[in-house]
Formats: sequence, structure tokens, C-alpha cells
Amino acid sequence: MYNHILLAVDGSENSVRAAKEAVKIASETSLVEMVYVADFEKAKTEVLHATSSESLLLERKRKVAPVEEILRDAGKNFKLTILHGTPGPEIVKYVNEKRVDIVVIGSRGLNTLQEMVLGSVSHKVMKRVQCPALIVK
Amino acid sequence: MQSLKQQWFGNVRGDILSGIVVALALIPEAIAFSIIAGIDPMVGLYASFSIAVIIAFVGGRPGMISAATGAMALVIVDLVADHGLQYLLATTILTGIIQVLFGVSGIAKLMRFIPNSVMIGFVNALAILIFMAQVPHFLGEGYVTYIFIAVTLCIVYILPRFIKAVPAPLIAIIILTAITFIFNVDLKTIGDLGTITQSLPNFFIPDVPFNFNTLAIILPYSIALALVGLMESLMTAQIVDDMTDTKSNKNTEARGQGIANIVNGFFGGMAGCAMIGQSMINVKSGGRGRLSTLVAGMFLMFLILVLGNVVVDIPMPVLVGIMIMVSIGTFDWGSFKYLVKAPKSDAFVMLATVAVVVYTDNLAIGVVLGVILSSLFFVASISKVRIHQDNGTFIVEGPLFFASTQNFVQTLEEAKADFVTIDLSSSHLWDESAVGAVVKVVTKLEEQGKTVKVIGMNPASEKLYNQLLNVSVSH
Repeated sequence: MYNHILLAVDGSENSVRAAKEAVKIASETSLVEMVYVADFEKAKTEVLHATSSESLLLERKRKVAPVEEILRDAGKNFKLTILHGTPGPEIVKYVNEKRVDIVVIGSRGLNTLQEMVLGSVSHKVMKRVQCPALIVK
Repeated sequence: MQSLKQQWFGNVRGDILSGIVVALALIPEAIAFSIIAGIDPMVGLYASFSIAVIIAFVGGRPGMISAATGAMALVIVDLVADHGLQYLLATTILTGIIQVLFGVSGIAKLMRFIPNSVMIGFVNALAILIFMAQVPHFLGEGYVTYIFIAVTLCIVYILPRFIKAVPAPLIAIIILTAITFIFNVDLKTIGDLGTITQSLPNFFIPDVPFNFNTLAIILPYSIALALVGLMESLMTAQIVDDMTDTKSNKNTEARGQGIANIVNGFFGGMAGCAMIGQSMINVKSGGRGRLSTLVAGMFLMFLILVLGNVVVDIPMPVLVGIMIMVSIGTFDWGSFKYLVKAPKSDAFVMLATVAVVVYTDNLAIGVVLGVILSSLFFVASISKVRIHQDNGTFIVEGPLFFASTQNFVQTLEEAKADFVTIDLSSSHLWDESAVGAVVKVVTKLEEQGKTVKVIGMNPASEKLYNQLLNVSVSH
């Protein structure tokens, strides 16, 4: 049984699909931790377009909202953690530090172009975490 | 906020490594910005050294990188052309004094009033001006120039995929300068633009007459520099705050920018401020503390001493290529979506800020006009009061204050019913005008023999209402 499930969330349709699978493997007592990584590359644009740091926080929470709804409807224990950095490596670092039991991540995030050049975030995460990973198509 | 010890030594390894990366990345930009300003590249390099070192101690945002910047360089172009270096140094010192005053008096906090439409306009205008400053360096310079620019752009955009440790612009400079030597390519170099002096910065008082005339020359530039510098610095601080998920003191930062510019001016440097691009490089490379900024400055000085002789041989097209990259990186590419999605008035303010800056060549004027314009739009939008009438009950929606009472009074005065109820539960009385308007309407209607009832005033409005009426009674 997985006590601590880490669910990577990026605001895309894929993370919603991942959330549905996370619900299936989460028991009554497990904690589903949604992790959203505020990408360094987007920091300038995001700060520039937000009217304040408060509105920026709201904007990020809004991206997580659809996933949160799925977890709430399913009656699971969940919490949200916002990390700052480069999504792939940041998730890996966090997972290994916190000794998470399983990582659930959607494949094909938002950046198709980056994926072609650099490979997908989910693939990188799967290779480097020291725990089972569930990649959701 | 972290303790001072934490700010200095909380991240030693990461700070030293990132500081070195930043120093390497600073060189091309400091040289190129000096050329934009029309000064000896050493003035920009010294400025970058001294600002970085001083701000490490007195800044309010650990991990942020300040040095000679494009925004500041663009402001001083005319000053340097018309009056020369000594006046620039005097201006730098005065800029610092103004910034210290801003920081000490807490005015820096007011920067929060600068709306994002103006901020976006600012970075876009900055990007456009940086690009435009490059045009004379390549237009009609022959195809070899174009090839060098193209190769530079290829290097700076493709190389970072493979080599992350050394900043690509510096690699571009080294490779392409070497190529011009090996193949004896005849290109315009930095040395062709003017003489370059290489000596350690030393303390001296700018050689300008101390009179009113001098002040009249340097004050307008100083005010513009102070504004532009604080604006970019506080914008950068917000970005670093977000990336590192920590807080920073904006007033300390403003004061620190001022101190750095004062000292910098006495040591022969041009005015500078925080740099968005370099600060992001620092954080991405693992820099978090004050030590990273200090190392960046110290290592930059080391590089200046080692590479000083080579600077004159750098081909201009390479710098032009790097500046085109900086311009592309500075431009906010989310703006196009913003123009479509943002409220019309915000989009207009953004475009107006860009237009004014590009037209006047002055970032400060654009920012000031942008702020004025957006506050007018704000007042106009907030002063719209909607009044729904339902059987003698008037429901007021929207805040009542000096700019919004007119419509309220007009509508209410024309009430036809004998029993009038004014429902203020969706409104708020903000000032004397609001209270006055309510009193005026009630009096007028009662004079016409109507019965008037005011309901739903929120506690704050009611307090103001009673307070102001009691005062007017006691008169």
C-alpha cells in the first residue's frame, strides 16, 4: 500500500488523467501530495503579468484546481506543494528527499517542442526517482 | 527573512560557482552596454565590478545581480554625447543620492503602484531600444558582418543545449575573436570605436564645475536614472523573490542601489541597477546568497585584469549578435496574448508606454506617462456607479467618492416616487464627497416633500458618515 503518493501537476489535461489514476491507488489513509513546479524559465513572464505576488499564487492554485477537485470528490487526503525550479529535476529531488512511496505523473505535458528536443519530463523523472513511478498516458 | 549569516554563508558552494558563471556572463553585456552609452567599455566593466561588490553588502535582495545595464545605458546616451564622461560620473553620484532618499523615505514601496501594463511596456520598450541601438553597427557593414552576427546567434542559442557551465555569449566572443585573428578577417572591433584604458579603478571626484549650471544638466538625467534603476531593480527583486520563494526588503534594496551608485560614481563607473537576465542566470546556477553577488564582482575584476588587453580586439558584429539575443530575451513575448486578453485600457497603457519610450528615447518618460495614464483609467473605471431602480428603491452598486458622486446625485434627484429608499449595501462611502452627496440628495428629496430612507450602509461608511456629520454640526 502506498502511504505517500506524489502527484505531479502542471495544469494540463494529462495531470487530470494522472489524478484519476492516483485516486485508484490511494487508500483511505494515504496522502496524495500534489506538486506543482513553478518553472524558472517562466518566472519573468509570470511575475510581469501578475499584478502582485498574491495574484500569482492564485493563478498557480487555479491551475491545480481541476486536479484538486478530483481528489476532493474521491474523498482522498491531499495537500498542495508548490516548488520552484526546472520541473523534471525539481520533482526528482523532492521525491528522493521526502522518500515518497510512488510518483504519479502524466506523460506529454505542455511543451511539445521541448519534448522533441530534450525528451519528456515524465521520462526523465521515471529514470531518476528512487521509487516506483506511474506514468499515465 | 533570513538572518545575515544565512544570507552570506547559507549556500557557500552554490554561491561561489554561480558567482563565477555570472561574472563570465556579465563581461559581454557590460562591454556592449558601454558601447550603447558611447563610453569606454572599461567604464561599464568597472561599474559592474563596483556595483556588484557593494550591493552584495548593502542590497536588500540576496542573490540578485546588479551591474551596468542596458536600461541605464540608454538613458545616458545624450548626456555622454553632449557633455562627456565627467558629467556622467557626477550624474551617477547624484542618481545614487536620489535613490538613497527614495529608499530611506520609503518611496520605493510606491513602486507597487506601477501596474503590470506599464512594466510590460517598459521591458518591451527596453528590448526595442536595445535592438535599435545595434542597427547602426550592422546596417551597410557588408556581408561578413551579417555572417558573424548569424554565427553568434547560432552559438548563443544552440550551444547552451550542450554546454551549460560556461555562458554561451562568452564562448561566442572567444571563438569568433580567435577566428578573426586566424583568418585575418577585417572587421570593425571595439578598439576602433575609441581608446581603451586599462587600469584599476581609483577614487576621484568628477571634474565638473560645482555650480547651478552643472546641476541643471545632471539633475534631469539623475531623476530619470533613479526611476529607471529602481523600477528595473524592484522588478528583478520580485522575480528573484518568486524564483527562490523568499522575501526581500524593497526599501533596503532602493537604498543599497543608491549607495552602490554613489560609490561607483566616485570610482569612475556608470550608473547601474539590477539585471533581470543575470539574476535569473545566478539563481538557475544555484546562487541564493549575498556571497554569489560578491563572487561575481570579484571574479569579474580578475577577468578584467586578465582579459583587459583582448577587449579591444573583440569584433563588433559579435557584440551586436549578443545584444540581439539580450533584446529578444528582454522582450516579453507574452505581450501578444496580453493585448488580446487584457482589458482594453491595460493593453492601451502598455502600447502607449512603448510608443512614448520609442518616440522620446527615454524610458523614464514612458514609465511616468504610463503610470499617469493607467491611474486615470483606474479612477475612470472605479468611478462607474450603477444604480438600479425598483419601485422607489434605488440600489447603488459601486464605490462612492469624489469622482463617482455626480452620476449618483443626478439619478437620485430625478426620483419620482413619494417614498424613496436608497440601498447602499453594495456601495461604500469613501470620502467627504460621498457623504456630502448622500446628504445633498436626501435634503433635496425631502424638500420636495418625499420620505427618504437610507439603508444598508456598511460599518466603515456609517462611521465616516457620522464622523463627518458631527464635525459639520460642530462648526
